[in-house]
Amino acid sequence: MDIKMQSVDRNLLLEFSGELDHHAAKNAIRELELAVDAALPRRLVLDFSGVTFMDSSGIALLLRAKRCMDNLDGSLQVCRVQSQAKRVMDAAGIGRLVHIKQEGTV
Amino acid sequence: MRKSMNYIRMEFPSRSSNEGFARVAVACFASQMDPTLNELEDIKTAVSEAVTNAIVHAYPDSIGRVSLKVRICEGNVLEITVKDAGKGIPNVEKARQPMFTTGGEERSGMGFTIMESFMDALTVHSTPGRGTTVTMRKKIASRVNGQR
Repeated sequence: MDIKMQSVDRNLLLEFSGELDHHAAKNAIRELELAVDAALPRRLVLDFSGVTFMDSSGIALLLRAKRCMDNLDGSLQVCRVQSQAKRVMDAAGIGRLVHIKQEGTV
Repeated sequence: MRKSMNYIRMEFPSRSSNEGFARVAVACFASQMDPTLNELEDIKTAVSEAVTNAIVHAYPDSIGRVSLKVRICEGNVLEITVKDAGKGIPNVEKARQPMFTTGGEERSGMGFTIMESFMDALTVHSTPGRGTTVTMRKKIASRVNGQR
């Protein structure tokens, strides 16, 4: 799992690529937390266009991202989600907590 | 028991680096049933959940054995069994509830919910101190002249 970061004017964009399973999620969650702590963003955007596979470990990552942004009174958006990851998000009902878009950038 | 047309068995240590191998191996075996891309993704997702459960929950402080059996049964049904000899689940009904987890903040508690959602049937047998067996079935729709 590779994560690219871009922070502009307290908008933080994290671009994920690779497979987001339990093996990858541990580091991915840590990197996300470090990036949010460093940038203290008002808005966090997670670009999932490069996520080729995701299981419930990805849901744990989204819940953590949501909690980080709630603590900062900021917003969270997940965008450009591929079909397999979208179906996992739908099965978990994460759309009730996190704004999911098919397209979008910072 | 359903008649088995073909099967594979494998066993691996409960290392998280084997999660990717397990789901890809099952998907490769299942490809002879001519599944759609969505069906293959469903199978990979469910296997990933079941194997991760064994790795995270069955052997939390040690490395143990995880066995995986995949059968193609009559009626174009794929049956996947993930078995461990780990610590077991004291209350299976509770463990299957959405959002329930004992795995801390790295887990979402949605594993069984996703297995249920992506497969047609799911059974969980567990004996504390002896281990857990998860069996999942999915019917692969047959194609007529290349169409569903």
